Amino acid sequence: MIADPRQDDLPRKVPGEAPALSIRHLSKRFGSSLVLNDVALDVMPGEVHGLLGQNGSGKSTLIKVLAGFHDPEPGAELSMYGEAAELPMPAGAARRLGIAFVHQHLGLIPSLSVLENLLLGDLAAANLWRIDWRREAAKARETFARFGLDIDPRARIGDLPQVSRALVAIVRAFEDVRQHSAGGRGLLILDEPTPFLPKAGVDQLFGLVRGIVKAGASVIFVSHDIDEIREITDRATILRDGNLAGTVVSKTADHDQFIELIVGRRVSLYQAEKPEFSGRPVAATIRNAGGGLVDNVSFDVRKGEIVGLTGLIGSGSDALPYLLYGAKPATSGTIEIAGNKPLPLAGLKPGNAMAAKIAFLPADRLGAAGVGNLTIADNMSLPVLTEFRNWSGLDWGAITERARQLGQRYDVRPNRPELNLSALSGGNAQKVLMAKWLQTEPALLMLDEPTQGVDVGARQHLFAALDSAAEKGTSILVASTDSEQLAQICHRVLVFARGRIVKELTGAEITKDRIAEECLRSMSSATLSEAA
Amino acid sequence: MSQVHTESSPTRMAPRGGASRAPFQWARFAESFALVGALLILFAIFGILKPQAFLSWANISTMLGSQAVLVLLTLALIIPLTAGDFDLSIAATLTMSAMTIAVLNAQMGIPLAGAVAVAIAIGAIIGCVNAGFILYFRIPSLIVTLGTGTFINGLVLWISNSNTISGIDPFLVTYVVVTRVFGIPLAFYYALGLCILLWYFFGFTAAGRRLLFVGRGREVARLSGIPVDRVRFAALVCSGVLSAITGMMYAGTIGAADPNSGNTFLLPAFAAAFLGATSITPGRFNAWGSLVAVYFLVIGITGLTMLGIDTFVQNLFYGGALVLAVALSQLVRKREAQDFS
Repeated sequence: MIADPRQDDLPRKVPGEAPALSIRHLSKRFGSSLVLNDVALDVMPGEVHGLLGQNGSGKSTLIKVLAGFHDPEPGAELSMYGEAAELPMPAGAARRLGIAFVHQHLGLIPSLSVLENLLLGDLAAANLWRIDWRREAAKARETFARFGLDIDPRARIGDLPQVSRALVAIVRAFEDVRQHSAGGRGLLILDEPTPFLPKAGVDQLFGLVRGIVKAGASVIFVSHDIDEIREITDRATILRDGNLAGTVVSKTADHDQFIELIVGRRVSLYQAEKPEFSGRPVAATIRNAGGGLVDNVSFDVRKGEIVGLTGLIGSGSDALPYLLYGAKPATSGTIEIAGNKPLPLAGLKPGNAMAAKIAFLPADRLGAAGVGNLTIADNMSLPVLTEFRNWSGLDWGAITERARQLGQRYDVRPNRPELNLSALSGGNAQKVLMAKWLQTEPALLMLDEPTQGVDVGARQHLFAALDSAAEKGTSILVASTDSEQLAQICHRVLVFARGRIVKELTGAEITKDRIAEECLRSMSSATLSEAA
Repeated sequence: MSQVHTESSPTRMAPRGGASRAPFQWARFAESFALVGALLILFAIFGILKPQAFLSWANISTMLGSQAVLVLLTLALIIPLTAGDFDLSIAATLTMSAMTIAVLNAQMGIPLAGAVAVAIAIGAIIGCVNAGFILYFRIPSLIVTLGTGTFINGLVLWISNSNTISGIDPFLVTYVVVTRVFGIPLAFYYALGLCILLWYFFGFTAAGRRLLFVGRGREVARLSGIPVDRVRFAALVCSGVLSAITGMMYAGTIGAADPNSGNTFLLPAFAAAFLGATSITPGRFNAWGSLVAVYFLVIGITGLTMLGIDTFVQNLFYGGALVLAVALSQLVRKREAQDFS
C-alpha cells in the first residue's frame, strides 16, 4: 500500500501519461541542517495529492522551492508533464509553468472588490490601457457559475465570509494557471487553506477542488488534518524530518497509519517523573472562556504548575492566553486568581489582569512584547515604574541597577541595560522580556510560543527561569505548537481542537511523540463530538 | 540591525554588580551635542562677519525673547509627537487663542484674566475634539488635525472680520516682553520654565515613560496595562492647552492679535521638534533639544538676514531644516521607518 514513487507504479488514467509534476532527488540544506533529504514526489494530471508532515518536516521548504523562493541543492530534478524544468527556479518561472499557490493568508486585498482581486495578477504583470469592467465582471460571473459558486464579483472582499474569500483566492489561482498553460492543465498548491473554516465551508472548498481537477488541473493539498486529507486527496505524501516517510493511497490508508508515518516509529524515551499536583491549592480557575476560535473552555491551574496548551493550527490553543489577559476581546467566561474576585473575561483590560497578578508574554516579540528601539532598562522597568519613584521623580540609578541584576540572573548577553532591545539576539531579547514580567512575581504567567526563534542554548536558560519561577509558586501557562518543548517543561498538557480541550496529558504521558500524536488525533475526535 | 551574538564572553561584557559604569562613549557624546556645536559655530561665523550688529546684547536678547513663542509652541508639539500623534492644529490654536483674548479684552472689555481663561478653555476643547476624532473614529491624526487646523483658521477670520485687533490690556505686554531680567524679556524665562518642566516630565515621571511607550509600541504599552487611548487623549489636550497659552504669549509679544501671522509658526515648530530629536537625547523628542533647535534656526535666519539676504531665506531655512532634520534623525535611528499613525 505504501507506494515508493521511485518505482514507477503511478496511478495512470491514460497509459503512458506523464506526471503533471515530478520531483526527484530534492535536497535542501540550511547551514548544517538538512531540511530536505533526497525527496521525491509525483502528482498525476487530475490528481489531488496530499502533503503532510509535522512542523519542521520540510513541507514548507518543498513548497518554497517550487515557488522559486529557495534554491535546492544541486542534483535535484523537476519535470512537468514530462518536460524537464530548470532548477533552481528562475523568477516568474512557476507562473509560466502553470504552478499557482494559495497560502493560508490568501493574498487578497480586503478593501478591493472581488473582481479587482481576480484581476490583480494581470494588472501587476501587464499595462492594460483600457479595462472593460463590464466584460470582466461577466467573465468572472461565468467562472463562478461554472464551479457552482454564488459570489458577486462586485462585492468587497472584506464583506465576504472567510470561506468565500478562500474560494475567490483558489478560483483566481486556477484561472491564472489556465491562462498560462495549454489545455487547462496546471498545478494548484493549496497551503493549509482549511484550519480557520467551519465544516460547511470546508465542504464547499472541497467541491471547488473537485471541480478544478475535473477540468484537468492537479492540486497539491497541504494540511495537518488527516481526515480532510483522506476525504479529498487521491494519494498523499508524508514528510518526516526532511525525509520522505512514504506515499500512500489515501482511501485505503487508515488514520493510525497516517499518524505513524507522520510521527514516526514510537521510541519510548525515559521521561523524568513529573511531580504530583493534585494535592496543591488551585491558583487560577478558568471557567467557560470563549471568544474567537476558543469555545467554552474551563480548567484549573494549581500553584506552581506549568500547563502546556497545544493543538494544531486553528485549534484555539494559542488564542486562549490572549483572551485570559484581555489582549483580545473575549465573549464569555471568567478567570479567578486565588484570593481575588473572579474577573469576567468579556471587557477585560490588560490593566485589570495585571492588577490580579496575571502576566502575559505574547509571541510577537518586538511588536507586542517589547519595544526594539528603546533600551533594555526602559523595557524592563515599564510594569514596575511606580516602585522607582522617589522624592526627585524616577530613580534612574536604581532602574539601571535593577535591569543589570535581572540581566545577570537571567543570563542576558551582553548585560548592558543601556543597549536597545533590538540589538539583542532573539533568545536574549526573550530573556529580557521574561525578566520584565517575572520581577512582578505574578500569580499566573502566560506565554505564547516563548522559544520561537530562540537558539538551543538560550532555550535552556528560559526553561530554567520558568522552572524556578514555578518552584517559587508562580503558575504558568505555555501555549506552543512545539511538542518537544512542551514535553520538556510541562507538568500537564491540554490538547485543543476546534476551540475545546479534547485531551489532557499528565505524568508519563507527556512525551514529544505523544503530544504530537494527540494533536493529530484531536481533529477527528473533535469532529466526532461535533457530530454527536 | 546588528545582532550581538550570545557567544561573546559574558564575563568581559557584563560588568559585575553596579559599581562599574558603561565606558564614556565619544560617538554618543558627539551625536548628542552636534547641534549645540553647530549652533556655536554658526554664532561664531556671524559674530565674525557682523560683529557690531550681531554680537550686540540688544540683538542677542531680542533673539532670545522674540522666539520664546516658537520654543513654547515646539514644546507643546513634542508631547503628542512623543505619543505618536501629529498635531497640525497647534498654530491655528495659537492664533485662535490670541484672537480670543483680543476680541474679548480689547473689543468687549472683558477683564484680561477672564479672556485668558476662555482662550485656554478653547485650547482644551480643540484638544478634546482632535482626540475625539482620532481615537473614536480611528482617523490618522495627520488628517484630523490638518482639518481642524484649517477649520479653526476659518473661525479666527470670522470672529476678527479678517482684521488685526489691537488694544489688549498693557498688563499682558508688560509681563511678556516689556519686563526684562538681565536684559532678556520675561517670555524667554517662561519658555525656559516649561522646558525644565517637560524635561522632568519626560525623564523622571512614570507618566512620561508611559507616554514614550505609547508612542513607540502601542501594543506593547496596551499589554503592559497602560490605558493607551487615555494617554493619547491627554497628550492632545496638553498640546491644545499649551498652544493656547503660547497664543496668550504671542498676543503679549505684539500687544495685538492678527488673524494670519500665527499660522506661520507651524512649520518652524515641526522643524525644531524633529531637529531637536537629533540632539541631547538623540532619537527622542526632547525638551532641551527643542530649545537648542529653535535657537539654531533663529541664529541662522537672523544672521543671514543681517547679511542682507532677503526674507525668503526664512522659508528656505525652515523647510530645508525640517527635511534635513528628519533625514538626520533617520540616520541616528539607523533608517528604521518612523511610524506615526
